[in-house]
Amino acid sequence: MKTRSDKEEKQLTISQPVISFSNSMFFLTLSILGASYVVLILAMLSADFAYMVRETGADQEFYSSESSTVVTERSNPIVESLSDPKVQYSIWLSMTSCTFSALLSLLVAVPMGYLMSRYRFPGHGLVDAILDIPIVLPPLVVGLSLLILFQFPPFAYFAREVVYQVPAVIVAQFSVACAFSVRTMKSTFDHINPRCEQVAISLGCSKAQAFGGVVLPEARRGILTAFTLAWARSLGEFGPLLIFAGATRMKTEVLSTTVFLEMNVGNLQGAVAVSLIMVFAAVIVLVLTRVFGQSEL
Amino acid sequence: MISLQNVSIQQGKFRLDDISFLVPSGAYSVLMGKTGSGKTTILEAILGFRKIARGQITLVDKDVTKMNPAVRGIGYVPQDAALFSSMSVRSHLAFALQVRRCHKQVVNGRVNELAEMLGITYLLDRFPDKLSGGEKQRVAIGRAISFRPKILCLDEPLSALDEETHSQMCDLLKTVWKETGVTALHVTHHVSEASNLATQVLKIADGAIHTIGDE
Repeated sequence: MKTRSDKEEKQLTISQPVISFSNSMFFLTLSILGASYVVLILAMLSADFAYMVRETGADQEFYSSESSTVVTERSNPIVESLSDPKVQYSIWLSMTSCTFSALLSLLVAVPMGYLMSRYRFPGHGLVDAILDIPIVLPPLVVGLSLLILFQFPPFAYFAREVVYQVPAVIVAQFSVACAFSVRTMKSTFDHINPRCEQVAISLGCSKAQAFGGVVLPEARRGILTAFTLAWARSLGEFGPLLIFAGATRMKTEVLSTTVFLEMNVGNLQGAVAVSLIMVFAAVIVLVLTRVFGQSEL
Repeated sequence: MISLQNVSIQQGKFRLDDISFLVPSGAYSVLMGKTGSGKTTILEAILGFRKIARGQITLVDKDVTKMNPAVRGIGYVPQDAALFSSMSVRSHLAFALQVRRCHKQVVNGRVNELAEMLGITYLLDRFPDKLSGGEKQRVAIGRAISFRPKILCLDEPLSALDEETHSQMCDLLKTVWKETGVTALHVTHHVSEASNLATQVLKIADGAIHTIGDE
């Protein structure tokens, strides 16, 4: 009988695929690509802090021969910026306008998101596409469009009170931020089981009672997220504000405008300091949302 | 009594024509059929969540065909229990009575009575995310019968339960049915549920309903 040679035996054997190495490479590639963005975010923020620390040190050396009290007061650009009445005003206007525009956004986004999620009405697809326009439109165009809109009635009747005034800040912020809130609320309602609402109705609720008593409490985390997103988006809004509300100091100046104005006069230190104030504000809102969002469940 | 007379339902490309059947008062009727045969669609039409193209739906001698689902007075137990995540078990049992603006004492009395009947007194202050599948269904049943409806519609209420819990829940449903005297329509594809619970078995096949068992 003819026996198989070693060579023939090797050719016939089906080897197991090398899975473990392939899996490791797969996760390594995903991790590297994903981590690169996380690193970029952290690097940007760290660079701001590093710049601030460096500039603070430079000031200390410069003033140390003069007077020690002057050194501590004037060395930190953030403290210096915070003591500037113009910056104080822009912080105040930023906080109040962002809160107003975020609340207004919720007022529109909750019903709009609910309608878009639950009902298929004629023109649903068109409305859905229209809601995306502020997200994809260049911010400057939003501002310009608002400016032009207020030349036509009935908006023109309020133009004097709105355009280049504080209300313009809120309208400009709202115009963009609301689109993000609507998206968030639609996705929130998409994830809420419509059966809950049906059960509530079968138990004797009107549509409004079922919405207020069952759907809204179920959507509380989404509402909080939509508010935060609108608030953060409003805080960073700049293009539409510049065109529609202007950049008048102590009037329509918000934090993003302050950064722009400081950069314009060559005060990079001041611009970075104000940017860091915005970073702190955004982080505080984000942390508060996470803490309250989770503790409610 | 639940009566459907020549009911036609159109749902996209799916269509049910001339559905007629009668569930006598106090009966426990089990509606069986394959997945996609239209069992849930019929239940939703009775509940008022799906418009019917033609026909008449009568509940306890009252024509409810065009009536709002909120005033049909049907207890509804959906497949996934659909509990309200922001409410405690106590609030679930009290919900329908609070909607009807019942006095606090009446609500509390009914909540305790239901909790005892369903064996969920120890769960009253828990929230749905801390309940097992069987416990969730007990709460869903309690919520559905809290306002003493004459009709109870159950849409595959035991389909997601393990075998032991399934048989316990069958016993519980039997107890609830006997104690409340409710007319029940129970949708399922489990033969064991039909043999354990039904006084009447309705079978849907090829778009028609056949009454195949009536005690």
